[in-house]
Amino acid sequence: MTDLTSLTLAAARDGLRAKKFSSTELTQAFITAIDKANPALNAYVLPTPGHALAQAKASDALIAKNQARPLEGLPLGNKDLFATKGIRTTACSNILAEFKPTYESTVGQNLWNAGAVMLGKLNNDEFAMGSSNETSRFGPVTNPWRRKRNGAIDNTRLVPGGSSGGSSAAVAANLCLAATATDTGGSIRQPAALTGTVGIKPTYGRCSRWGIVAFASSLDQAGPIARTTRDAAIMLSHMASFDPKDSTSVDTPVPDYEAALQQGVKGLRIGIPREYRVDGMSREAQTSWDQGIAWLKAAGATIHDISLPHTKYALPAYYIVAPAECSSNLARYDGVRYGLRVAGKDLTETYENTRAKGFGKEVKRRVLIGTYVLSAGYYDAYYLKAQKVRTLIKRDFDLVWDKVDCVLTPTTPNPAFGFGEKSGDPLAMYLEDIFTVTVNMAGLPGISVPAGLSSEGTPIGLQLIGKPFDEATLFRAAQVIEDAAGHFPVPTKWWA
Amino acid sequence: MQIDEKTVRRVARLARINVTAAEAKSLQGELSGILDWVKMLDEVNTDGIEPMTSVEAMALRLREDKVTDGSIGPDITANAPMTEDNFFVVPKVVE
Repeated sequence: MTDLTSLTLAAARDGLRAKKFSSTELTQAFITAIDKANPALNAYVLPTPGHALAQAKASDALIAKNQARPLEGLPLGNKDLFATKGIRTTACSNILAEFKPTYESTVGQNLWNAGAVMLGKLNNDEFAMGSSNETSRFGPVTNPWRRKRNGAIDNTRLVPGGSSGGSSAAVAANLCLAATATDTGGSIRQPAALTGTVGIKPTYGRCSRWGIVAFASSLDQAGPIARTTRDAAIMLSHMASFDPKDSTSVDTPVPDYEAALQQGVKGLRIGIPREYRVDGMSREAQTSWDQGIAWLKAAGATIHDISLPHTKYALPAYYIVAPAECSSNLARYDGVRYGLRVAGKDLTETYENTRAKGFGKEVKRRVLIGTYVLSAGYYDAYYLKAQKVRTLIKRDFDLVWDKVDCVLTPTTPNPAFGFGEKSGDPLAMYLEDIFTVTVNMAGLPGISVPAGLSSEGTPIGLQLIGKPFDEATLFRAAQVIEDAAGHFPVPTKWWA
Repeated sequence: MQIDEKTVRRVARLARINVTAAEAKSLQGELSGILDWVKMLDEVNTDGIEPMTSVEAMALRLREDKVTDGSIGPDITANAPMTEDNFFVVPKVVE
């Protein structure tokens, strides 16, 4: 029998329905793979094999009765930012200690209602603040990809991207069929690009934020990371929903994204924004971008040069808006209602001690920046200014939607980097999100799809940006790129 | 913009985070660097531009004014570090 863990989600679904194998066998194969890989990769912060096998058994019973739901018996990983009822949820921060939610996130509940199996909780940057998964309380995640130098494998450990580094590494290393993830400035798309996987951040409001640990509420969105465009489409169809419990959830029907995949791009108008040709972009990112243009053109799309003039201001505006919102959201961690408490001589000192001990370095930095830009005398100069710039960033996109149907860019300026190479310099790390952050600022959908390998043999991703609620077009165009570029499985399972 | 130690301490107090002397010192440099960088936004002419409040033009939904949840005291206090009879216990605030 072939290795069940290397199946795509779609193939596993078909295999289960044809009763070629059971969900219990499939789930057990992943549990065994996680046991072997996790000491080296650290993708899971809490494997839940007992929970998974119980769900798999229930799925097998339904499959036997021909009552399978759409994701029946399919094992997934769940980012530790999603609240899981009765199962520890920490956002990979010490301040949440051993927090066990008494409720399930809406996105998670949607997946379990569709029959999916949860293998465990996946690692991420603390409170999703980071681009390398180096800020987690549980330690960093290692990218299953390794660089080639002079034809030989270099053992330098590479980052899997962040903040959804556990999700991207687990999907790339075949430790789940697909995973949940979240994206505030690039946290789904950048890790997908660095691991040769597909990741989509849907339109703001498409997935409910209820039960997801909040970072920056006007930017946060959930989405999947998967091994193929089809798998990402299947996942998003079942993660998205209208949810009265999230006041920014949008009440529009969720399309069957999988049905759109084979529609191709004939006649589709693709925009190429000149402002994305930035200094510091690798030649390989440029080459793969040109290649992506050629592939879409060959498939019948038309290519149009466009301008998004405020692109360069998206990142600095983001680093005012996101910390401001995070400083407000993280005010709830006070040592009173849940999580860690470090006692002081009075209530204020208890707050100060608890938050000093519970938050990591990057989280403190962002809370302080956010507090500063919202404080009396600075609010107008920083926060209000950034929100005005945000209006202009969104307007840039609004003005091009008359001329193009979607926009093609690189996902990141460079392929995966080594541990510690950027963690000492906050600004160098922030630049990882230079191509992805505009999408969050404008609330648009964006997908990253693997497009090739660098000269070091590591993955490179291309990003497609779409109109609000037009994820279907992104899946169509991503499928064309995937068909042309091929798939990028990790070459060797060096950890097994 | 140079952030001095006094400002770091004032902001840390507002954020209710205790910072050590060493942290305050390194934060001075880091915060100054980030604030200098974001000042790039001053290049942008934003005269007459409305600040964004929501990416999609949408009115907040209203719902029927009725109780939909409640009587879950044990759930709400389940994760608290100190509780007594479904109350959160905190250090004495009023003498």
